[in-house]
Amino acid sequence: MGESALLASETVPAPNAPVVVEARGLGVAFETDGQRVNALTSVDLTIRRGDFVSLIGPSGCGKTTLLRAIADLQAPSGGTLTVNGMSAAEARRARAYGYVFQAPALYPWRSVARNVMLPLEIMGMARGERTERAERYLRLVGLGDFARKFPWQLSGGMQQRVSIARALCFEPTLLLMDEPFGALDEITRDGLNLHLHELWRRTGMSVVFVTHSIPEAVFLSTRIVVMSARPGRIIDVIDSPLGAARALGIRESAEFLAVAHRVREGLRAGHSYD
Amino acid sequence: MVSVLGILTVLWYALAIPLNAPRLDLDETAGLSTLASAAWSMDRPVLPAPHQVVAELWTSVLFHPLTSPRNLLYHAWVTLSAALAGLGIALVLGIALAVGIVYVRTLDRSLMPWVIASQTVPVLAIAPMVVVVLGTLGITGLLPKAAIAGYLAFFPITVGMVTGLRAPDPLQLDLMRTYSAAPSAVFTKLRWPMSLAFLFPGLRVAVALSLVGAIVAELPTGAQAGLGARLLTGSYYGQTIQLWAALVMAALLSIVALLGVAMAERAVLHARGGRL
Repeated sequence: MGESALLASETVPAPNAPVVVEARGLGVAFETDGQRVNALTSVDLTIRRGDFVSLIGPSGCGKTTLLRAIADLQAPSGGTLTVNGMSAAEARRARAYGYVFQAPALYPWRSVARNVMLPLEIMGMARGERTERAERYLRLVGLGDFARKFPWQLSGGMQQRVSIARALCFEPTLLLMDEPFGALDEITRDGLNLHLHELWRRTGMSVVFVTHSIPEAVFLSTRIVVMSARPGRIIDVIDSPLGAARALGIRESAEFLAVAHRVREGLRAGHSYD
Repeated sequence: MVSVLGILTVLWYALAIPLNAPRLDLDETAGLSTLASAAWSMDRPVLPAPHQVVAELWTSVLFHPLTSPRNLLYHAWVTLSAALAGLGIALVLGIALAVGIVYVRTLDRSLMPWVIASQTVPVLAIAPMVVVVLGTLGITGLLPKAAIAGYLAFFPITVGMVTGLRAPDPLQLDLMRTYSAAPSAVFTKLRWPMSLAFLFPGLRVAVALSLVGAIVAELPTGAQAGLGARLLTGSYYGQTIQLWAALVMAALLSIVALLGVAMAERAVLHARGGRL
């Protein structure tokens, strides 16, 4: 992608695109040692098809909890939550989303290709198509030559790319990513961000992306959800003015810095120094 | 390994002299070399010299037909077949128990104490009872011995498999949940392959135990064949050379069995790109 992409000003997803995730007054509480801790309170959020939504905030603000609630890995304690118009549990059973965890969570006894094929096997896809899909999605994340390797033979960044290929290969329309690049160095992270951005552009899927990093959130997102801790809640939702097509250079632009500034202000306002 | 063998051999020869000397009819003036050569060539020594044991093994294995009770390989096979059958029982029982313990909460609480208690009962006490009880039911031969071998060997397999089936981390389990995977898929694609890495250490112990079980099972049954029977008759008639030859054969057998496990482990390792 060249600098010219910076000039292209496509509009971000249409405001009337179908709703993928809808949360109203959503709350999640944990019970620890008989004490009730509100991990998330009164969250209202609408995510539409084609959105790239980042959840950003300090540790303990419930961003991972929100993602896990959407994925039905965590039961809400209040409010309503729909995914593709269904309950989160129904959506999970309908295999509505792909999930990328903080760690690659690859199965070490499986080759890279067979790790990617895992969801396809579980979903009962024929062998021929499984192989073809694994090949295609490994190429997509730039690991076409590593199909026969095993996870331990790959670097951390490559392993995380395998886990992304694994989440994409059954072609979900919703991708949930929980700090997928948190453990990687800056340069690897830049590369993967660009990769992910192009992938999102090409496929038109919806992405919910949890991150700590302001530049990462601003670079990738059409909307940035700023959250605050104790109790976990949303304090600002920023619609990005940046166009749909972006290159890494955009991070020096005035528009980008303005959005980043607003995110930082939001985070600072929500930060309690206790 | 070779140097350890060398040191052991030297010690063995040295030890044979004082142990065998009291039973020699030599006059007091006899020198050390006379004493040694006499102590190392007795008919029924307390401790036979290594070369006597090797010679016994050699003639037994090479100069008698394989089906003859005078051939140690025949006895080794009788014991090995019981041990292998016992190992089969142990694998089925051990894995079934582990699956039950991991998947059924009430079994986890109720079964594990019994599994551990079963191992505190001395096998020497259990073995004759099993043989007698099965004998009255008309079951004799291989099966009672295999049952005793299996009884000893299932424990390390159960313990290893319980650990292995529980080894998947929360993330690996969550992943399965995001695919809405059926419990059977979670078992076959996650818990089972993960547990194999924990099966092999247990299997190595189980192999040794199943051989011990098979040999011990041959002691009280008055068995005509098997290394255990050979040990028993050897000690009964003071045939110490025969007894030691059977002991060495039992050790060789366990080495062969362990090599078998190592090869199976290697095959799994190879299929997994070199790591368990």
